[in-house]
Amino acid sequence: MVGDGASMTTSAEPYVLNIGPQHPSTHGVFRIRVVMDGERIQDLDMIVGYLHRSMEKLAEERTYTQNIPFTDRADYLAAMSSNLGLCLAAERLADVEVPERASYLRVIFAELQRIASHAMANGTLVSDAGAWQTPLLYMFREREKILDLFEMTCGARLTTNYMRIGGVAFEPPPEFWPALEELVDELPDRISEYEELLTQNEIFVARTRNVGIISAEDAINGSLVGPALRGSGVPWDLRKAEPYCVYDRMEFDVPIGRTGDVYDRFMCRLAETRESTKIIRQAIEGIPDGPHKTDIPLALRPPPGEVYGRVEGPRGEVGFYLVSDGGPAPYRFHLRAPSLINLSLLRELARGASLSDAVVTLGSIDIVVGEIDR
Amino acid sequence: MPAGPTQLAGQRVAEALDRALPGIVTVSNDEWVEVAPARVDEALHWLHDSEEFDAAQLSSLCAVDYHDHFAVVYHLQSLDLNHQIVLKARVSDHEEPALPSSYPIYKGALLQEREVYDLMGIRFEGHPDLRRIFLWDGFPGHPLRKDFMGIGQGLTSGLRRFPFEDKANPDRQLNRDNLIGDEQDVPSEWSGTAPA
Repeated sequence: MVGDGASMTTSAEPYVLNIGPQHPSTHGVFRIRVVMDGERIQDLDMIVGYLHRSMEKLAEERTYTQNIPFTDRADYLAAMSSNLGLCLAAERLADVEVPERASYLRVIFAELQRIASHAMANGTLVSDAGAWQTPLLYMFREREKILDLFEMTCGARLTTNYMRIGGVAFEPPPEFWPALEELVDELPDRISEYEELLTQNEIFVARTRNVGIISAEDAINGSLVGPALRGSGVPWDLRKAEPYCVYDRMEFDVPIGRTGDVYDRFMCRLAETRESTKIIRQAIEGIPDGPHKTDIPLALRPPPGEVYGRVEGPRGEVGFYLVSDGGPAPYRFHLRAPSLINLSLLRELARGASLSDAVVTLGSIDIVVGEIDR
Repeated sequence: MPAGPTQLAGQRVAEALDRALPGIVTVSNDEWVEVAPARVDEALHWLHDSEEFDAAQLSSLCAVDYHDHFAVVYHLQSLDLNHQIVLKARVSDHEEPALPSSYPIYKGALLQEREVYDLMGIRFEGHPDLRRIFLWDGFPGHPLRKDFMGIGQGLTSGLRRFPFEDKANPDRQLNRDNLIGDEQDVPSEWSGTAPA
């Protein structure tokens, strides 16, 4: 074989690799077909719809209150935030006043949900990056405590259905408050623990630094929101830009990244959980006594018109575009799903990257397939 | 009217748009501005580049079926100036609705336009990859259209009926006769006595 170099090399033709719909790195029933050239991705096509339930069509036959449980099933890792988005939109459409105590309770639960969702996002990202289940289970420890708080308040852990148009469904039970304070006291230590464990971890840094870089211009132009946008250094947070509930009374920072890589998005999420803890503490101190909801008619009939209500969910702007024709059900119900729209740049990001980097990039965008498909 | 706290008045946008691109605005009010459908990409391009409006991000794109026409609704966001612009395009052709794609201006339109195409059946000319996104190829029809799987004869599916009503509307209290729906919903051959 001396001198016959050609026969020693393997000819590499592009080949198609299918990932999913059931695959641990896709975080749900999400399928990707990639055209591979050796280890590099030439092209990527995402195939979604396995969880499509046509929520927007179903919503047109149900009253505004009956639609709140649907929003739980859209983003099932951040049900509280989606609940809140729909309620705020419907309240603005129907001109319903919300008692102050309810607004504080909403802030507490939305921020708890953000911590729980970010714990899940960061845990699965680290697990995608190769640190098998240990960090994920560490982060689940805090998430579990938050879900216990949800359960004691509204009986459900994931599909909470807690917010109502005009307030919240229930007053938290007496044992809720000491448990919440205990959690808020220990959270900063836990977050420091993760920072020590992961941010200096050589393998994790090598797998995430300078991987999946999104420039600020691309992030804005590609309609990215939430930590995916802030990781690229754009200080945009609806809690600051368009304060709802009582966020204008809270003091907190909006963490941003610098390079827009996977590591920055991870760090943004980690820093946001710290800020959320600060917000919850302020809300516990400031919460007034009073009713937790206003009574609204069973069949709320908002005047004809339209509204676009939005909140900053864990994955970014959750928008509800509601059109009313004066009837008890919305004429059109559109959910602007951050998980779907954050994937607009996925194809561009994947081209030229290695498969393992693409998996980490997808993990750092943090998708929830229930919300993509709706 | 329920306008968002940072939403710009449609008239203000309409005035500037009309000055820059004469004849493009068809309707405007204090909530939104409606432009000629064939020129919607021009309007978006101008708003994107304009310093006064700085519509840097296409925050949401969706369509509404109004039976005789579709309204495609663009929610544009300026991150620097912190305001929102609502732009609409009215597509009158209910059989073969089509609009110019906004993808050349906003990359964020890639999946949103596919979603509108899939569920509402509006074609976006110039979109690089216009395929169904949630439903499979060959799915009959577009489910978000109002006439999709409609029940004929003026009947509604029943879920929209709300016989229990409330304190606010005392004349619409629970009424046993109402449980099967309003009088006018029942086709004439169903009511009355059986033919002899």
